[in-house]
Amino acid sequence: MLRLLFEKTGRAVWISHLDLMRLFQRAFKRADLPLTHTQGFNPRPSVSIAMPLSVGVESKCELLDFELDGVCPGTDEICTRLNEKLVEGVRVLKVYAQGEKIKNLAYLQCTLQLVYDTAVPDDAICAIENLFAAPELLVVKKTKNGPVEQNIIPLIKSAKIARADAQTVTIDAMICCQNPSLNPMQMVAAIQRHIPDCAPNEVKCIRQEIYSINNEVFR
Amino acid sequence: MKNTIRRILPSVQKPARYTGGEYNEIIKDPEQVRVRVAYCFPDTYEIGMSNLGMRILYGVMNEMDGVWCERVFAPWGDMEEAMREHNVPLWALESQSPVKDFDMIAFTIGYEMCYTNILNMLRLSDVPLHSKDRKGLKNIVFAGGVCAFNPEPLADFIDFFSLGEGEEITVEILSLYDRAKAQDWTKEQFLLEVSKIDGVYVPSFYEPVYNADGTISQIKRSNDAPAVVRKRIVEDLDSAYFPTKMIVPSTEIVHDRANLEVFRGCIRGCRFCQAGFSCRPVRRKSPEVLYKQAIETLEDSGHNEMTLSSLSTSDYRGLRDLTDALIPYCEQTKVNLSVPSLRADNFSKELMERLQSLRKSSLTFAPEAGTQRLRDVINKNLTEEEILSSCANAFSGGWNSVKLYFMLGLPTETDEDVLGIAELVYKVINTWKDCAVNKKRGLRVHVATAYFVPKPHTPFQWEAQISPEEYLRRCKLLKDHFYSKSIVYNYHTPAISRLEAVTARGDRRLGPVIENAMLNGARLDGWDEYFDESAWLKAFETCNLDPVFYTTRGFGEDEILPWDVIDVGVTKQFLLRERRQAYAEKVTPDCRHGCSGCGANALLQEVKCDA
Repeated sequence: MLRLLFEKTGRAVWISHLDLMRLFQRAFKRADLPLTHTQGFNPRPSVSIAMPLSVGVESKCELLDFELDGVCPGTDEICTRLNEKLVEGVRVLKVYAQGEKIKNLAYLQCTLQLVYDTAVPDDAICAIENLFAAPELLVVKKTKNGPVEQNIIPLIKSAKIARADAQTVTIDAMICCQNPSLNPMQMVAAIQRHIPDCAPNEVKCIRQEIYSINNEVFR
Repeated sequence: MKNTIRRILPSVQKPARYTGGEYNEIIKDPEQVRVRVAYCFPDTYEIGMSNLGMRILYGVMNEMDGVWCERVFAPWGDMEEAMREHNVPLWALESQSPVKDFDMIAFTIGYEMCYTNILNMLRLSDVPLHSKDRKGLKNIVFAGGVCAFNPEPLADFIDFFSLGEGEEITVEILSLYDRAKAQDWTKEQFLLEVSKIDGVYVPSFYEPVYNADGTISQIKRSNDAPAVVRKRIVEDLDSAYFPTKMIVPSTEIVHDRANLEVFRGCIRGCRFCQAGFSCRPVRRKSPEVLYKQAIETLEDSGHNEMTLSSLSTSDYRGLRDLTDALIPYCEQTKVNLSVPSLRADNFSKELMERLQSLRKSSLTFAPEAGTQRLRDVINKNLTEEEILSSCANAFSGGWNSVKLYFMLGLPTETDEDVLGIAELVYKVINTWKDCAVNKKRGLRVHVATAYFVPKPHTPFQWEAQISPEEYLRRCKLLKDHFYSKSIVYNYHTPAISRLEAVTARGDRRLGPVIENAMLNGARLDGWDEYFDESAWLKAFETCNLDPVFYTTRGFGEDEILPWDVIDVGVTKQFLLRERRQAYAEKVTPDCRHGCSGCGANALLQEVKCDA
């Protein structure tokens, strides 16, 4: 099993998870890197993406596992050949001959940029800091059995709030991303729910890096 | 990406269809181009990107020096709402520039039920709807596609129509525009010059005069406009432009595969079929060129599926050579090769078996009518024996599902013909009982009936459409005779087909109706979730026009037809002769068994008709 690290930025952030799988399958074919296929009635190329990324979210740390059929070129060559055949915004950063077990993946470092059309509200920084410093912070989580209240504080390891410019607040957070995981947009949902005066007009979310249970960069 | 667009994307379904950025999208430097074309498809991205014609012309225009052609599609309802709310005008995918900033706005029109989308897209672009309200060279609106063969309902809105196949004429039009822009012509000057290009119809140079009964008494012409405009064709398909570097959508579209067009035209002459007559004459493409283009397309796109398309792929003379070459390649590269619209002949059976080793496809027949008599009337040369023997073959090969398509309301149809459908379906069920290898899984027969819409440039162009009430009565009659649980029966709702009949054979008096319907909220009319008949009925009332004039009335043979100004190659005498043959219940052999003199070969100068 080979693994590649890729980023998804720009216009490509609007591509859905399923479409992205298809996009990679075609890129492999274009790059003349034949993928092995799953067995069964409807054979499918074997690619899998570790953590599905929500539509609209940018990422610098996506992992995709794949297996090649036949002779396998060097990892650097795979990287170069794929990048020649990928679309704007999807770029392979590195290819690894082997990867850590996905079950050891634990934390995600991400950035939330909160944009306010007029200006950052006066006490927004303080209010948001207090919100994430509280022992309990409830948001509504949609589940198969309907909406349930969820306390997200145990899932947030750290959150640094700062004013980037007159219209932007950034939240740099380290959160749990597996068993259980937190969708970073839930932190925005918490702001909208509990301090609606600080609700931004637009949010940009970026996955920066992922870490293992030992707090080391996960690959 | 523009901030305004980025902000509305999170709130809509499938945002990737609005962003562009796909593999092989063409980006040019706006400073370095002289003519910018917004190429609009009046339906969703998923439909438009599945259209081969649009892909060809996108390539043709972008191959031109100094021209940048970009794509525009109709937004889905949620996006339209978001655009209105945030005051974002319609944009082109490549540069995200507003459509109103483009020099030319082109539409490809393949379906009558997208007429309101054309107007809605112009409205969402803040471009005046009426041709007469757009002054100057900026925002020249032109259109092509099969619906341009009766351009009259859109005459008020479109500056000129480009008729027939676009590979050559589009280059001529754009070159002329390039010159006009450089020399700062007026719009009038440009329209006058463009009307001299063969295949261009400028509606403002024609003025129909109506009789008291609503029929056309004469068509007045100005500016030396030709009495008849003849469609354009490409004679040599082997040397014609074909895009092997196709845009590969980043989101799933309707036909998400490579598409190889094997020939143009049709030898069959089914009397209801507009494409069968208006796409003549038959021109072949050599298997060698096709094989080369297939490999290039597959290697460049990374698709794992390819379809061999045409109006009737079994009739492609090079099918054996082409598939002999392609099947091994596809097996080796795990590409699924699909050959739709195969006829029930021996070679097709053999081919189906070979394709089956790749993947099992579905079994579909379109007998169109239930009795041999009526199939003779419509010249659908498919016999009950052929259908049943193909079914027998398929059932003994393990298939246990079949789709059968019919039309109701065909000329001369009686209740006996309607019940003939039920009889044919029972014969299919009995064939399954005799031949099925495994009866445990049961049989599914999907039966669908469509409401016959008479189309221009066919032998049935004069026919009356039956009323919606009569259509529904025949549907019910048929349904009451389906007793088996194996049958799944679907019939089209009549409202859309009735409207299609009006717009297909409409004249210029339809213009205000379409505009009114759009203002009443009609758009995406081809989509059940959006179609709103009341918006149209209100529009007919406001404009004081009775749809019946275009539907159940029928057109007289000596009447001037709104589309008489357009020549698609087949002659009116031929169509009349075919109509007589239909009423005499006589078939006309396909072109390969003798030329029936349709006249379309007169469009050819360099090559002969390859029927």
